[in-house]
Amino acid sequence: MNWLLVIVGAVVGAPARYLTDRAVQRRHDSAFPWGTFTINVVGCLVLGLITGAVAEGAASSHVQLLVGTGFCGTLTTYSTFSYETLRLAESGARFYAAANAVASVAAGLGAAFTGTALAQAFWA
Amino acid sequence: MPEARSTTAEEPVDPDIDLHDPVQRRQSGESQAPVVAMVAIGGAIGACARYGAGLIWTTAPGAFPWTTLLINAVGCAVIGVFMVLITDFWSAHRLVRPFFGTGVLGGFTTFSTYATDIRALVDGGHARTGLAYLALTLVAALVAVWAAASATRRLVAGRIAARAERFERADETAEEAGAR
Repeated sequence: MNWLLVIVGAVVGAPARYLTDRAVQRRHDSAFPWGTFTINVVGCLVLGLITGAVAEGAASSHVQLLVGTGFCGTLTTYSTFSYETLRLAESGARFYAAANAVASVAAGLGAAFTGTALAQAFWA
Repeated sequence: MPEARSTTAEEPVDPDIDLHDPVQRRQSGESQAPVVAMVAIGGAIGACARYGAGLIWTTAPGAFPWTTLLINAVGCAVIGVFMVLITDFWSAHRLVRPFFGTGVLGGFTTFSTYATDIRALVDGGHARTGLAYLALTLVAALVAVWAAASATRRLVAGRIAARAERFERADETAEEAGAR
């Protein structure tokens, strides 16, 4: 049952990342990897919200596995983020590479804190 | 070795989908169903590997999340190897990259767990562990992808040079045979 929840979440999360990345790139022709950045920040917000909801007793551990481990864990990615940062640095876009690393971590953390704070405001 | 220089120029920036790349732009107009299906299957495999690793090597609340750090570092090293091979060396089927790069590796590694674990450590009074985890993961991931991609490029460049030399020698032999 637990494995099934993770799989169902992942089967939705991985294509959501691919399709969102594609949609963002179609709208913004920029060297900065806005697609992956957006996906990672949104995933951190949702996971922060879920973790907070579970801590407040408003969501079950099944929701955590389905939406947290399965969906958010698969939606967000470290491998794409690090490879993009490397390619930006190698292609001479050093500023974008550094900005991507710093902004992704800062915004992701901010989103995680915001998500948990929202959960506490809703369910505490 | 002119091949060695040109290898990095063709690699895309975004390994999932990069519409700056003319081939990918053309392919993105084709049916997305097979690509999306492969991404989903790969993502499920990657997520199961991540979940399984978490069950085997559990992290206590307040402890340093070594399991997630290693998952992310390993995923970054593998994508470094994979992207070089698939761009410069290996003319793989067009669904291999969505399946393995976007699906398996993207699903295996996670940014959201990284960020929420730091939040939990800081809120739980383990700010120092949280900051150490923040910095160490970032450094490990970037060093892993860089070292893996560089080592693979050197290997591939060596192989391409050896292959070119073999062809040259074969040409010379053929010419000699023709002259005789």
